[in-house]
Amino acid sequence: MKLERYAMSLVLLTVSALTLSACAANEMRQGPQRASALSGTLNGIGSSAQGPAQTTWIAGFQTAHAKVTINYDPQGSGAGRKSFLGGSADFAGSDAALSDTELASGSKTCAPGTGPIDLPNYISPIAIAYNVDGLKDLRLDAKTIAEIFTGALTSWNDPALARLNPGAQLPDAAIHVVHRSDDSGTTQNFSEYLKAAAPEVWDAAVSQTYPYQIGDAAKGTSGVADAVKNAKNTITYIDDSGASGLGKAQLKVGDEFVRISAEGAAEVVAASPTAAGRAENDLAIAIDRTTTAKNAWPLVLVSYFITCVQYQDPAKGVLAKAYAGYITGDKAQQDAATSAGSAPLSPALRAKVAAAVATIK
Amino acid sequence: MTTETAPARRTIRIGDRVFSGSTVVAGCLILLVLAAVAVFLILQSIPALVAKPGTLPNSAENFWVYVWPLVFGTIWAAAIALVIATPLSLGIALFISHYAPRRLAQTLGYLIDLLAAVPSVVFGLWGINALAPFVQPFYAWLTENFGWFPLFAPPASGTGRTILTVAIVLAVMILPIMTAICREVFLQTPRLHEEAALALGATRWEMIRIAVLPFARAGIVSAMMLGLGRALGETMAVAMVLSPAVVVNFFLLTSLNPNTIASNIALQFPEATGIGVNALIASGLMLFVVTLIVNSIARLIVRRRRAFSGAN
Amino acid sequence: MTTMTMPGRARNSFTAGRLPRGSAWMILAASWAVFAAVFAMLALSGATDGFNIVGAVFFGTILFDLTLFGLSFVVEGSRKARDRLMTSLVATAFIIALLPLISLSYTVLERGLARFDVVYFTESMRNVIDSGGGALHAIVGTLEITAMATLISVPVGLLASIYLVEYGRGHLARGITFFVDVMMGIPSIVAGLFTYALFVMLTGDPGIRSGLMGSVALSVLMIPVVVRSSEEILRLVPNELREASLALGVPKWLTVLKIVLPTSLAGLTTGVMLAIARVIGETAPLLIVAGFTASMNYNLFSDRMMSLPVFVYTQYANQGPDAVAFLDRAWSGALVLIIIVMLLNLIARIVARVFAPKFSR
Repeated sequence: MKLERYAMSLVLLTVSALTLSACAANEMRQGPQRASALSGTLNGIGSSAQGPAQTTWIAGFQTAHAKVTINYDPQGSGAGRKSFLGGSADFAGSDAALSDTELASGSKTCAPGTGPIDLPNYISPIAIAYNVDGLKDLRLDAKTIAEIFTGALTSWNDPALARLNPGAQLPDAAIHVVHRSDDSGTTQNFSEYLKAAAPEVWDAAVSQTYPYQIGDAAKGTSGVADAVKNAKNTITYIDDSGASGLGKAQLKVGDEFVRISAEGAAEVVAASPTAAGRAENDLAIAIDRTTTAKNAWPLVLVSYFITCVQYQDPAKGVLAKAYAGYITGDKAQQDAATSAGSAPLSPALRAKVAAAVATIK
Repeated sequence: MTTETAPARRTIRIGDRVFSGSTVVAGCLILLVLAAVAVFLILQSIPALVAKPGTLPNSAENFWVYVWPLVFGTIWAAAIALVIATPLSLGIALFISHYAPRRLAQTLGYLIDLLAAVPSVVFGLWGINALAPFVQPFYAWLTENFGWFPLFAPPASGTGRTILTVAIVLAVMILPIMTAICREVFLQTPRLHEEAALALGATRWEMIRIAVLPFARAGIVSAMMLGLGRALGETMAVAMVLSPAVVVNFFLLTSLNPNTIASNIALQFPEATGIGVNALIASGLMLFVVTLIVNSIARLIVRRRRAFSGAN
Repeated sequence: MTTMTMPGRARNSFTAGRLPRGSAWMILAASWAVFAAVFAMLALSGATDGFNIVGAVFFGTILFDLTLFGLSFVVEGSRKARDRLMTSLVATAFIIALLPLISLSYTVLERGLARFDVVYFTESMRNVIDSGGGALHAIVGTLEITAMATLISVPVGLLASIYLVEYGRGHLARGITFFVDVMMGIPSIVAGLFTYALFVMLTGDPGIRSGLMGSVALSVLMIPVVVRSSEEILRLVPNELREASLALGVPKWLTVLKIVLPTSLAGLTTGVMLAIARVIGETAPLLIVAGFTASMNYNLFSDRMMSLPVFVYTQYANQGPDAVAFLDRAWSGALVLIIIVMLLNLIARIVARVFAPKFSR
């Protein structure tokens, strides 16, 4: 009887193998073959925030270099940095630059004696999104945001909100805060902003974990978006690319209320200095959260492409160099802006990144 | 004659030995894999178990403070799920095996088997987008009118993504597998037992009570254990549906729910570094221990019951 | 008899200690009507938003259970009443359980059909940015990984359960039974981590990912389910059959192969199918060991391999701004997964029917 069972599964296997042995149609059909010397596979793991942008870049890069395969697995920034340092990924995408201890430990992907560097490749504004019937253009300042998200301000028609929103239809209902249940770079940047802009209210340390025990928690950008879409009187912080269909609050920067915009986010990053005390060509950015520039949107997330200066495997180095150069180029950044809603790097920053990319071996 | 039978007897013995030997090898292989998993878990857990205060996630003092809410949440969620799923799956299995017309029963059984294949991600999607918004008004109503009852203490969750919702999702997830096992076992009840009961004038329910259920008792406990095992270890659906917090409470309807171990691993693993990874794996070890304890209890129950049951 | 009692049917039926035929259905209709009226009134008075059909059916069914029990108790006596109560409770349980299952199936079917087209089955996600693309790479991956996992788990699991039922005595058998239950409690993600550590140890390459690793991880989860369900089924084979065979001089191993296994073939097949169904939707371990790729890979033994659950999960979790295309692909993936299991089930049932001995039942 067991024989038959085996025979059957064998038959099944062969049948499925035969029917499916034709290659995927889209991989057979190739565009006009441009001469490209590049070939091979480059594997990256990292930030899910960069995921949609990476998809766009990979498509563009693979179209230009048909024999190259790039895999980007959006597991998370931490997983990306871990895998890269442990030698199981060729590059990492991370919402936070490598920490000093991580830099000190070195990466098994890189040639001995050389270290990894952080290159900013993706900038995304973080929106304060809400779902309240009939409420448009909610206006908030850093202090109220901090009060809402620490649980000090609990009602939509609280006087503090009414003062910021004269004439708005604020419902007599409790505020349901939704935050991330998984550790994330979005939470880190959100808390970094509030810690800098409203330190008297936001008394928790900056961390990837949401520090207060209030409201609902949901997994990932899409989980948070679903939770807010499915329930009334909710508010959350979310990567702008995931906030489509939700109301987005205006933020008080300086003395004016600013609408969320990619340009505003890019401007803040362009005006911020690079972090001190790091390797040459390491472009980790210390974001200026308390900027008062016009139209600036300081609630911003910068994500990095983490790569080696010199790869253990020179072939990977060639690929990584080409890919890093491509994704931080003007065209790729514009593509990501349209397809993933990110903010393109400013020309000055692009030039700095290009100089760093040129050193990759 | 004797010269002919002697080799035949020997081949029989060899066949027997090879066959029984391979079954032993298979059994031992399972133990070996389990031992390897256990060693892996323990080795990876040690750094977390001896961690200094302040290095663990959630700023927990030591590992036990860190893991206790998770252990509690795991057992709590799985227990509610089992309480919901057991009567339902018994009902469905009985319906299919002893109540429904044969043709209908086969189709239904087939459909339910299929549902065992729905990936947990889909249960998660369904939980967030269909179930949670649907039950939220009930939760609000319950907290308003029965808030004095400890389980229903206010405030009600604004999104409906509470531990009760998770338990319902888990119950729906484990229904197919529990139903399938119960049904198979019910169908195996000796026809003669059933007919004897009916011939004595028993109603259908009495026949089920005196012939079917005693025969199936061990099988039912197995089905419950299978279901419980899946509920305890379920990762993605819980991670997507639950709104977790670091708390220990019995409230079913609030936003602050104890998280489960598996879901916590799925949530934190991607961003964990250093000792955080060890802490997560150590919590996996705790899940292992919890399962071990639960199974021991179940084994005890089955053994004690078996002495009284008519089966075997 | 009936013609004799026709004139006074109602009374005679009552005096015979029986509720009239069809009374159960009438009570059911009446109970539903009562609660439909109650909920309609609630809806009209504005206490609830709209008419709550699920509530009406639910409470109506409970009222029906109670009324029928009461009436039957009065008219037919306690034994009959209890029988009726249990019948209606069993039917109620069935209906209650079917509600979420139907809702789930309907959702998957409705949303999954959106992308159930030729492109979906002939293309991969290589170079696809937002809409379009297919899941061929994931379908192939899932089939190969699951087939391999089944090839590993079924022999091991079946042999182990035969050992437990036919040979096992004493400590080893008790130990295996117990630890199989424990093994069922291995969280799926731990199975993934374990497999990853195992393969890194064996190959020394921290970047290793392959479909085979996925199969091994799934086997860790699958074996206990196979053992547990086959053990349960094998135990139900009547001892008389074994004794008859042994008495005829058939050696034990042939008795097991030719008598025990064929007798329980249908149950065993169900068990194996359940086990396959249990692991084919597993996401977390495959995410870790089989990796993530947008391109085709037929080779189970090298390089990253996509699988349907990972595909569904990543399509959901990493939506681009054009979320609909991603969600459609995710739901279609879920539908395809269910259809694959359905086909496997169908084949298994045919096999079981062809080879199983014929019973009177």
